[in-house]
Amino acid sequence: MSGQERTLELYRGVAPAGTVDLLYRLADRLKGKSLLHVNSTRWGGGVAEMLHRLVPLFVSLGINTRWEVLEGTPLFYKVTKSFHNALQGDAQNITDEMYKEYVRVNKQNAQKLDLNADVAIIHDPQPAAFISQKPRNAKWLWRCHIDASRPQRKVWQFLSKYVEKYNGAIFSLPGFAQKLKAPQYLMYPSIDPLSDKNKDLGPEEVQAVLRRFEIPTDKPIILQVSRFDRFKDPIGVIKAYQMAKKYNDCYLVLAGGGAADDPEGAQVLQEVRDAAAKDKDMFILDLPADSNIEINALQRAAAVILQKSLKEGFGLTVSEAMWKGKPVIGGFVGGITAQIMYGATGYTVNSVEGCAYQIRYLLNNPDSANRMGAAAKEFTRRNFLITRHLVDYLSLMIANIGV
Amino acid sequence: MKSFLFTGCIEIKELLGKKADNEAKLMELIEEVPVDSIYYHMHSYFLHHSYIVEPFPHDFANWVAIQVRDKVLGEKLSAITPWRNKNLEDIRNELIEIIDQHLSDIRIVPGVIYGHPFYFMKSRIIEVPTGLSASSLGEFRDILKVVEASAIYNHIFEARFRVKKGKSDFAFWLDDEIKAHDLAEKIDMIDAYMYSLEGLRAKLISLCNKALGE
Repeated sequence: MSGQERTLELYRGVAPAGTVDLLYRLADRLKGKSLLHVNSTRWGGGVAEMLHRLVPLFVSLGINTRWEVLEGTPLFYKVTKSFHNALQGDAQNITDEMYKEYVRVNKQNAQKLDLNADVAIIHDPQPAAFISQKPRNAKWLWRCHIDASRPQRKVWQFLSKYVEKYNGAIFSLPGFAQKLKAPQYLMYPSIDPLSDKNKDLGPEEVQAVLRRFEIPTDKPIILQVSRFDRFKDPIGVIKAYQMAKKYNDCYLVLAGGGAADDPEGAQVLQEVRDAAAKDKDMFILDLPADSNIEINALQRAAAVILQKSLKEGFGLTVSEAMWKGKPVIGGFVGGITAQIMYGATGYTVNSVEGCAYQIRYLLNNPDSANRMGAAAKEFTRRNFLITRHLVDYLSLMIANIGV
Repeated sequence: MKSFLFTGCIEIKELLGKKADNEAKLMELIEEVPVDSIYYHMHSYFLHHSYIVEPFPHDFANWVAIQVRDKVLGEKLSAITPWRNKNLEDIRNELIEIIDQHLSDIRIVPGVIYGHPFYFMKSRIIEVPTGLSASSLGEFRDILKVVEASAIYNHIFEARFRVKKGKSDFAFWLDDEIKAHDLAEKIDMIDAYMYSLEGLRAKLISLCNKALGE
């Protein structure tokens, strides 16, 4: 067995039975075909992180796969940051000069990079205008990773001129679909069960992390992992914990990051610290971006995991928590509702009171909590692992090439 | 005798860009969407939740019960299952009639306040051979134990509705090739919409065991 084949073989005992063989059979139909991914950065951000893990798996399936990265100017990245915000619904002021820079950088990169492949997946708005240089007979799909449920009209009008020319557009949730002539596909994001954030950890590794953060283990731990952001409702989490704690003694751990380079994040973190100041059973952890093992250990140590968001795209932290076999209480928003099946894999809630009640229920009914946690893990195994993501991409390739 | 070739399937989910946020709009769009979309929403959870049974047996009933919080209509819609000799146009008409009657009875139009709209979708199925085949009832039962759940979906639901064979591939083969007529009839009588795919697998294996005298 070659090293490349081993890459996929590692998933055989983790993915649902038969999935790895299914992937080989799908890849057989794509023998001799090539795949190209294009995005705007090699390092940093969720898309690059995902491509670092997906591309070797495509290669291990025998598909000739390349990953090209666009190079922009400071103005270009300012424009695409504005596009990103505008697609998420924030009003942006984008000048004609900025639109021109977007088109110029796209044209220049598209001429410079090798875009020859049977199928190309173009990720997010940054390289969307590459479509003007699409080789004849190639099939191109635009993959939108952004919550585009309420895009600013002017920016979407500009981008949709390019998106319409693709063979299809891929969105992460049904609510992100747009009025387009091109077919629109649904593809949920995924987690990698073998990454540092999700791989199995022994009890000693978990305990070592708890000791490092000085979190005792004599009471159950309630955990929320998320950026210090108002949409993640950390203050609502503290209120729910305080309501539940009147009946069931427990610790609360709020672990996140993003405060260092985000002024609003720093302000939210300060508010959270102020709210937690008088309670020695609350632990507020401002973690560096690469704290994957730490987050993994905290999730494994927790009795109940929360993701009480008020607004959410997909919410990969929910899948990560479910993969650890934990029942999750999540806000009834965005992709969380696709991940949590009420009463079967956890609970979705609409209020602080609802969240507090479900914390109490799960702490007092450990058998139910364990049963839901086991169902949550199985649900994630079948629906939100990277192997399912690969199946989705291969099936779209097959459907578009017609093999 | 022909062997039975187990064929799994994968589903490409396509978004139609149409959404309903109240029951009247739901009815209007049920009338207008392609019949493939009706099929998708009557069956989607089998492939996605292959081991969990949802409170109601299809997306329409689940949406009105959970997102609109109209359990009365959810219960009424749950009575519709695309089984026996119904075709998808019959199902579309039944859905419309029930919603229409419900809206006439209550004289208001329930809609989502806190929940999500109903997003209409359809799917395309790609068949993928599993490489597994059976040439006796014993082999058939043993493969049922290990074959991926999508093969059970493909041979039971896809065979009946999209390919319009009227009965499942399993029943055809057992009837025609194995001459296990009684078992074929029992398999065809299973109320498949009351099971998850894993539940259906267990039921099929149990019926095979009985036929084998085990």
